[in-house]
Amino acid sequence: MSVQKFTGTNSYIATDDLTMAVNAAVTLQRPILIKGEPGTGKTQLAIEVAKSLGRPLHEWHIKSTTKAQQGLYEYDAVARLRDSQLGDERVHDIGNYILRGNVWEAFDSEEPPVLLIDEIDKADIEFPNDLLRELDRMEFFVYETKQLVKARHRPIIIITSNNEKELPDAFLRRCFFHYIKFPDKVTMQKIVDVHFPGLKKALLKESLDAFYKLRDVPGLKKKPSTSELLDWIKLLLAEDIPPEALRENASGKAMPPLYGALLKNEQDVHLFEKLVFLDRRSRPQ
Amino acid sequence: MLTQFFFHLRDGGLKPSITELLTLLDVMKSGIADNSVDNFYYLARASLVKDETQFDLFDRIFAAHFRGIDDALNDLVTDVPEDWLRRQAELMLSDEERAQIEAMGGFEELMEALRERLEEQDERHEGGSKWIGTAGTSPFGAYGYNPEGVRIGQQGSRHRRATKVWDKREYRNLDNSVELGTRNIKVALRQLRKFAREGAADLLDLDDTIDKTARNAGFLDIRMVPERHNAIKVLLCLDVGGSMDDHVRICEEMFSAASSEFKHLEYYYFHNFIYESLWKDNSRRHNERISTTDLTHKYGADYKLIFVGDATMSPYEIVYPGGSVEHWNEEAGAVWIQRMLNTYPKSIWLNPEPQNRWDYTPSIKMTRELMGDRMYPLTINGLADGIRKLH
Repeated sequence: MSVQKFTGTNSYIATDDLTMAVNAAVTLQRPILIKGEPGTGKTQLAIEVAKSLGRPLHEWHIKSTTKAQQGLYEYDAVARLRDSQLGDERVHDIGNYILRGNVWEAFDSEEPPVLLIDEIDKADIEFPNDLLRELDRMEFFVYETKQLVKARHRPIIIITSNNEKELPDAFLRRCFFHYIKFPDKVTMQKIVDVHFPGLKKALLKESLDAFYKLRDVPGLKKKPSTSELLDWIKLLLAEDIPPEALRENASGKAMPPLYGALLKNEQDVHLFEKLVFLDRRSRPQ
Repeated sequence: MLTQFFFHLRDGGLKPSITELLTLLDVMKSGIADNSVDNFYYLARASLVKDETQFDLFDRIFAAHFRGIDDALNDLVTDVPEDWLRRQAELMLSDEERAQIEAMGGFEELMEALRERLEEQDERHEGGSKWIGTAGTSPFGAYGYNPEGVRIGQQGSRHRRATKVWDKREYRNLDNSVELGTRNIKVALRQLRKFAREGAADLLDLDDTIDKTARNAGFLDIRMVPERHNAIKVLLCLDVGGSMDDHVRICEEMFSAASSEFKHLEYYYFHNFIYESLWKDNSRRHNERISTTDLTHKYGADYKLIFVGDATMSPYEIVYPGGSVEHWNEEAGAVWIQRMLNTYPKSIWLNPEPQNRWDYTPSIKMTRELMGDRMYPLTINGLADGIRKLH
């Protein structure tokens, strides 16, 4: 079987190290864990991998209350209880009350699928441990129906984490690991090019300069990230702001236009306003 | 060869497991590395290291192992004067010219040749194709072009062809022995999170309801539970004044950034050591003070107490009544801190002074003894250790 390779898509720029890590995971059919600053495209990666390899994508978004079991299946005891009290015929087959979770759906897929387990660190601390066997052997047991569910094709499992909790060693050992670091200017230019192909060179350069300058402001609580830059550029284009206006701002004369897309925190906005003000005052008139 | 590397990593403080090594070998066997060193480096990192704070350590071990002559290179870096390498001219070659440049064979030969050449050369050099300097086509130096070049003292890769990505050490600021940055401390403080159910019961407890209903012979018996909240309460006492000022700014900023992680976060200031009162607003420190006794009454024993201070002062300030530099204190600082420690069994002291200097300052030693050895350096590791102690 020739192994398909992921090389990034026309809407997603993958760096060399990211491509290698993903390809290793695809080739060995092992899960890959992706970490990185918020907004660097962790979740997007799974979508793009599925798209570029032409495979179906199953998404499982984790919340703080999610249990590992819910990804496999759930036994709807309440429905069965209700049916039993109403005297419904369905009640005799317990299989009617087993609800399949995302992992089961992925295991049951006709073609080799991509399974995204998004923000695994949001869940309880034991959550990853409860999935060890499922990730390793790609099978699990349904106790209610005494049925063993095995993956038809081992899915490509992409797991994202925001580093809110430490993940257990046993879990980490079973995964490949990649940390998406914040893109440098060259990569960032490529990313923006991919999203806004017709963008005027001048505007792009000025907006990137303003953006990196803003990221360098000391003391910001939440630094603007790639996804915020893309939103901002979208707004700039929609408002048709000339590049010269940005240059004025990059030199610290005023707030950049539409800064709400970049700074999401009131304190950050205040801090930035203060810096701009100080800078203007210290400038010779 | 990889076994050797594996043990190198373990000796260096990383803890890859055998399964991870086998995974790496498996990947190499599958041939996706295309015999490229860069790809091998990426794959090794993805399969052996699972924590971005250890990427930097990995980079260093990788470099040492696959270079074999790391020490020699260290010497080179220090031996080559800066101004040799300061960029003066840019060399732009056409593609044909680039193709003409022959690679010099294996890496070992390259390094060997570099060492020899360094011995021969003793003045600044620019351009040309043999000597070490800038903008040339020799394999050594900066801002030049040679497909197998060794870069010395150049910022970043211009042709994106330099052999060693790991040399850039891009993950250095994620290393956890470095001092705290906002991002780092947030991650560390998150370990303090502990969820507990408290307050009004407003969520349906499905499992309990089913259980109770089953026991109730099938008649519905609804059960409710309170929502889960983070139940951690933190009382933070910060030393202000003198050498502590810049540290305090960092701490404050970061603790308040992380305050959403806690149910309650209260902070108070002191100067050098704890006495009979503390204050909350530094500009009104002489008017608005809260007495330490009131403080211990106001905040219950379930608070975790964190002191942040360099504990660097005269020993009198700790052990004698009237030792304070600011005012006349009736009772010694040691008595007051003991009272606080009695109230708050879960307490630590974070010290921004480097740990190796602690033993040379008597007051740090004394404070440490008073704290029952629960003093930790203000680094990400120290914070993590301390927070483990608070649980």
